[in-house]
Amino acid sequence: MARSAIASTRDRSTAERLGSVTTGNALELRGVTKLFGALAAISDVTMSVRPGERRAVLGSNGAGKTTLFNCVTGDFLPTSGTIRLFGEDLTNFPAHERIRRGLRRTYQISLLFGGMTVADNVYLACLGVSRGRFSLLRPRPSDAIVARADELIAAVHLARVRDTLVSSLSYGQQRQLEIALALAGAPRFILFDEPAAGLSPAERAELVAILSGLPDHIGYIIIEHDMDVALRVAESVTMMHNGRVFKEGTPEEIENDPEVQELYLGGGHG
Amino acid sequence: MADVLPRSEPGRLIVLERIPPAAWVLGVLLLAMPAFASNFVLYQIFGWSFILGMIALSLMVLAGYGGMVSLIQMTVAALAGYVVAILGTSGVPQISLGWPWWLHIPLAIVIAMLFGTLVGALAVRTEGIYTIMITLAIAAAFFYFTRQNYGIFNGYTGFNNVIPPRWFDIDWRQSVPFYYLTLACATLSYLAVVWIGRTPFGLALQGVRDNPRRMSALGFSVTAHRILAYTFASVIAAFGGILLVWQNAQVVPGTAGIPQVIDILVIAVVGGLRRPIGPFIGAFIYAILSVFSSDILHAIGMSGERFKLVVGLGFLAVVGFSPDGVLGLWDRYQARRETNRDALLGGRR
Ligand SMILES: Nc1ncnc2c1ncn2[C@@H]1O[C@H](COP(=O)(O)OP(=O)(O)OP(=O)(O)O)[C@@H](O)[C@H]1O
Ligand SMILES: [Mg+2]
Repeated sequence: MARSAIASTRDRSTAERLGSVTTGNALELRGVTKLFGALAAISDVTMSVRPGERRAVLGSNGAGKTTLFNCVTGDFLPTSGTIRLFGEDLTNFPAHERIRRGLRRTYQISLLFGGMTVADNVYLACLGVSRGRFSLLRPRPSDAIVARADELIAAVHLARVRDTLVSSLSYGQQRQLEIALALAGAPRFILFDEPAAGLSPAERAELVAILSGLPDHIGYIIIEHDMDVALRVAESVTMMHNGRVFKEGTPEEIENDPEVQELYLGGGHG
Repeated sequence: MADVLPRSEPGRLIVLERIPPAAWVLGVLLLAMPAFASNFVLYQIFGWSFILGMIALSLMVLAGYGGMVSLIQMTVAALAGYVVAILGTSGVPQISLGWPWWLHIPLAIVIAMLFGTLVGALAVRTEGIYTIMITLAIAAAFFYFTRQNYGIFNGYTGFNNVIPPRWFDIDWRQSVPFYYLTLACATLSYLAVVWIGRTPFGLALQGVRDNPRRMSALGFSVTAHRILAYTFASVIAAFGGILLVWQNAQVVPGTAGIPQVIDILVIAVVGGLRRPIGPFIGAFIYAILSVFSSDILHAIGMSGERFKLVVGLGFLAVVGFSPDGVLGLWDRYQARRETNRDALLGGRR
């Protein structure tokens, strides 16, 4: 159900056509480093993710996972290194240009418009990746973009609170809304920053359903502390430690890796 | 607050907003005003309030919708007035070109709009106090430039005898025609700003105000939205500026002197920046105080020159009681009434 709502057929074919034009990797990072003063939040990160691949990024607090996302989406520019999305070098692009090319993200700490309704939040997300961002005509219920926003709201189970102010939503609902914002338009690659953190078991199940229901061509990276969730929604795993890529492999390889077990499962994270 | 999308009521296609009864009453009252108000009140109090309200409204667009406090609005208005004087007719025939109104008025709007957009492009990369500083610096530069430039701006003397064209063979500087002219312009500007607030552009602008980082992460160019807000605001300020120059029949460097530039900020803040009606409330209070406070001061034996003191104290009082101006006071009063009623009706909300 989520699947059909999230990718209307037209969006999917557009994205697939775009995906087939470019060859190679969906996301490719080469030697990406981000310094905050003397602190290297991430250093020399090189990784690549194939189109449609679903990758989990693990790592203890402060390992640099969120910083990696910030560099990829352009929330800030990396100190050095290059970032390619579907073959195109985006390293120095502003964030909005990357988003318009099909990149999406969610924030670890929800970054929503608290003073607006759920409908307006999702509408904004759909508007941001459409033409007509500067339109001076008011939206009407018959507009395609309004219909699309409503589909998304239904897909993340927020239809009941469509006209509610976001600031009065529950925590779990705000996390759902974060996801809806990342699914607007025709996403090709999504970065999920700890979407399951703080959710109830039932809400987690819903999240897993939404993620597994995404159309196959949409790849993503998910940061997730909870191994159970991570291993259910990802086919490959990158372990980060102290701002570096520490291990890469299949979930089984990572789970059974003695070094990983010592470092990650043994202790360190909360 | 933004609430742009139509509510999910099935089949509802109404784009018009519900017009509250208070607005009908106000509308009828304003239309009927010439029947009972004196010429002085129509021209000096209401005409001036509508004009200052429009210029302050342009600041409300930037500050209320966009979160940018600009001090350039009065300068944009004055520039439009100058262009009307320079390209149209004035008492300085050696400079004024005497072009017809259908040419010089649109040109004045466009030139002021381009100027406002340019200032916006310089200002939007700064935040908070720096935006105020950079726009104030440009406003000051414009003031000194016009005062020293005699070739185009006629320096210290400026232009006198700048009057509206005789549309429909009416003298628009007569109190009643001028009242209706300014009322119409103010109403149109007000409606335009209300309208914009619920369009994709306006919603995005409010999104940029609340959370620029998230807006970029949704695909919006924050910079482009902010600059276009300046463009839109400049058009309103330009209309206000032309009316202001017609009202005084003159434009001089002091039209946009530093005190006048600051006054627009005061008007907008006192009225309230959250809704488009706020600047008009502020302008009305300002006009009343400016016109009558010298009489009051004389009556209690002080110099009439001190009216700025009264305005300043009023400003402090309003901002002290209510950081969001008179509108904020009103909203809180309404909210209290609501809660009381809720208590009576058993929590109907
Ligand atoms: N904007 C910033 N300014 C300064 N230091 C920062 C900034 N953002 C992150 N850091 C630092 O960079 C390091 C990596 O932080 P980051 O948020 O990327 O870690 P993380 O892996 O996402 O951790 P968590 O699991 O807690 O979310 C930390 O030491 C953090 O303090
Ligand atoms: Mg993090």
